[in-house]
Amino acid sequence: MSVDTIAADASAAAPERPTMEVDIACVGFGPAMGGFLTTLTRAWSEHPDDPAFASKVALGMPLQVVCYERADDISAGVSGVVTRGKGIRASFPSLNPAEIPMAASITTERVLYLLDPIGASRRSFALRAGDSVLRGLGGLLGVKDHAFELPWTPGFLHKHGGLVLSLGQFNQWVGSQLMASGLVQIWPGTPVSSPIFAGDAVQGLNLADQGVDRSGAPTTDFMAGMAVRAPLTVVGDGPVGAIGQALDQRLGLPPGHAQSEWALGMKMVIELPDSPEGNQLKPGTVWHTFGYPEPEIFGFLYVHPDRLVSVGIFVPSWMGDPSRTAYRYLQHYIQHPALWRYLKDGTLRSWGAKSLQESGKHGEPFLTGDGFARIGEGSGSTNMLTGSGVDEAWTTGVQLADAVVELLRDGKPFSRQNLAATYEARRRASWIEREADAAKNARNGFHRGMVRGMFGMALAGLSRGRLDLVGGVPSAREQIRPFASGKAAGVDAEQAEQLARNARTGGRPLHDALMTARGWPEIELDGRLLVTQQDALLIGGKVQAMPGFADHVVFRDPHLCVPCAEKTCIALCSGQAITQGADGVPAFEREKCVHCGACLWNCAHSPDGVGANIEFRAGAGGLHSAEN
Amino acid sequence: MAHALHIVVCAGVVPDPLQTLEPVTGPNGPGLKNEMVLPAVLDPWAACALYEAAHLATAVPGSKVWLVSLGPKAKLQQVMMTAGQKVSFELVPIDGPIGGFSDAHSTAAALAEAIALLPGLEREHLLLFGGWESATRGAGITLQLVGERLGITEQFQGVDQIAMRDDGSFEVLERVEGGKHQVSVCAGTPAVLGWATGNLPEPRNNPQIGMQNMRAIMPALQKAKPVTLAANGLRYAALSLPKQQRETRLEKNLSPDEIAQELVDWMTAE
Repeated sequence: MSVDTIAADASAAAPERPTMEVDIACVGFGPAMGGFLTTLTRAWSEHPDDPAFASKVALGMPLQVVCYERADDISAGVSGVVTRGKGIRASFPSLNPAEIPMAASITTERVLYLLDPIGASRRSFALRAGDSVLRGLGGLLGVKDHAFELPWTPGFLHKHGGLVLSLGQFNQWVGSQLMASGLVQIWPGTPVSSPIFAGDAVQGLNLADQGVDRSGAPTTDFMAGMAVRAPLTVVGDGPVGAIGQALDQRLGLPPGHAQSEWALGMKMVIELPDSPEGNQLKPGTVWHTFGYPEPEIFGFLYVHPDRLVSVGIFVPSWMGDPSRTAYRYLQHYIQHPALWRYLKDGTLRSWGAKSLQESGKHGEPFLTGDGFARIGEGSGSTNMLTGSGVDEAWTTGVQLADAVVELLRDGKPFSRQNLAATYEARRRASWIEREADAAKNARNGFHRGMVRGMFGMALAGLSRGRLDLVGGVPSAREQIRPFASGKAAGVDAEQAEQLARNARTGGRPLHDALMTARGWPEIELDGRLLVTQQDALLIGGKVQAMPGFADHVVFRDPHLCVPCAEKTCIALCSGQAITQGADGVPAFEREKCVHCGACLWNCAHSPDGVGANIEFRAGAGGLHSAEN
Repeated sequence: MAHALHIVVCAGVVPDPLQTLEPVTGPNGPGLKNEMVLPAVLDPWAACALYEAAHLATAVPGSKVWLVSLGPKAKLQQVMMTAGQKVSFELVPIDGPIGGFSDAHSTAAALAEAIALLPGLEREHLLLFGGWESATRGAGITLQLVGERLGITEQFQGVDQIAMRDDGSFEVLERVEGGKHQVSVCAGTPAVLGWATGNLPEPRNNPQIGMQNMRAIMPALQKAKPVTLAANGLRYAALSLPKQQRETRLEKNLSPDEIAQELVDWMTAE
């Protein structure tokens, strides 16, 4: 160990940091990193005496591979998933879902269009007309419980042969095997604050400082985050990770690329009542839904073993309305008659939320550089046509590991050129790239309405990307419809102004007040499944935050926040960690933050015309539930 | 200057109390629903003992800390990812069953045997640490039984503080009724200390410590000795949950005095 001086970031004084040398420093333990480390350790354990796996930084030692994860456990801070499992099964050919808690093979898939049984949903004329037809011909078309099941589901949506997983449990399962190998170290509860740059090359990672106040200023028990120097840094910290963001800020995105499309996924894990036969959901059942609670909001339900179901919604950035929120909509969603029939009398077991980077190929950053490679969702691997991300993420990790093993055996350095020739080349030649290309423009229509969006998606999907709707996607900031335009309200101007005024003075938040004004009924809490958002944090997400870390959500120019009417940062904050402050500037409480990162893409204002007015930095804590 | 200490901490692993814990009775007796699925943490009482042990070892040069833990290997491994970053220790894992319903005598026998076989352990300089209570649902007597099996007669429970003296004796503060401490002076090691909470905060995650610990933890886990704990005729006639009531409210603006007053009002109104 040694001590040297490295600037944590441009705004902070340079603390003295202890330094450690490793061969491969990894950030973020998700499915991509699971794929990377699993593949790497397998190659290694099959050839334990291969000199390629000798450390270059600690002579006489085996390869030093460490992975730092922000969440307090590798099973925390993640979401559930329904996946084709193509890449995962390739890594585990004899995978038995029964070995992984909460896993099940997919048995049935349904796509449901949900009608609005309440009448509060913001539906276009075309959609209302369609709804009327469905209601009128309901008996003939099989409409039941205000839901119409599509008689045919396009192939690109199917996940036949796939898996229903709790990603928390899957991560734990993968992590246990990795740790059992004894070849890599995984350290949860360790946020990574910044890359160590040397020009545009990356030489490792700086861990977050501890013993600081909310602003990051050292306190009496200050401990500077360690500088972990490595010839290769593997970046798998997801769509809102600090390292991925820092790389994008430093290097920019490839020409023509932009990360404009986002969504917030929020879900509950519910334990179903022990219902009589005939009213039970079988493990492996998967529902995809659309149309309710708002036309922009897609939903899902999938069934785990032991009467557990995951139910959730995706709130996309193209829902420009200031009511762009998730928790209350999720509560309305689960009470839709088609779902409530099964969920009623259930118990909330877990809850969580995360941002999804939905730009796909358009949002792909530079995948490699001197000393670093990017994998997983933050590398633009999520496929928005098939609605699949975990399997793709896993596979990018596998591809990088294969490339790293090749470079180690060839004794070549981890230069941009070598990583591009091995990792990027593998990725470009794989199904990930082919499917990403087909999905590239599948979302174009949604910015002009849900019906056009569905049409555009079908067009791209059925033609395998040969055809698509022409149209650009505005930046995430521009997708937030200004409240002052009057279009956002859906209520008369006087009432809208009253609601906004109340919100500004600490009354009911605008999104919540708007929903009520539009006719959404208040949620009747039952204390078991329908609980307050704060109770969902505590009894569902088990949210915790270790003291001694700085606030990771920072308002860059607070003056810009004061006149902001929409305050979608408040509306879409999953944990109600951002609330209306007394001075008009939103207040942030890190103890409530689930690190979903929604605030990053839910700010309509920019102090410099480039980034939003909110910074989402490295931080500790968040969800502790392992059932997500 | 006191002689270098050999501190052995006995610590079980327990399901993370933040998770949904639901008691069930299965074919093998009582347990928790999906217990192997639940993330585990170091038993909170024993964790305090570990932090105190590490603190003491730092204060008395040449001292060493062992952490002896009985539980399923996979769970021990998971817990070490976090506990291993806190303080320096040598792990002595014993691959055994999960849960705290095992017979305390069998558990104590397995722990005592592992401790007795520790290479380099000097019994005359031994301090046996653990929690005075346990979140494992155990009977809370395991530590005493381990001490007895090792022939250690000086035992202290509910310890909040130890202060070593130059002559090798030490002063111990034990919790007694009325929120007070009993002060004892012990002539010297060996001794058993069942810790209450102590006075130390949870140490921060330190990657340097983690790296150092993990180099020995993983090989130790791979060689963990499996044990089967005899039931010794132990049978649970009935189980019940503690009566509890949870009312959650987040308060940011009340002073500690106001919160204390509200709690007093609530308790006296019961």
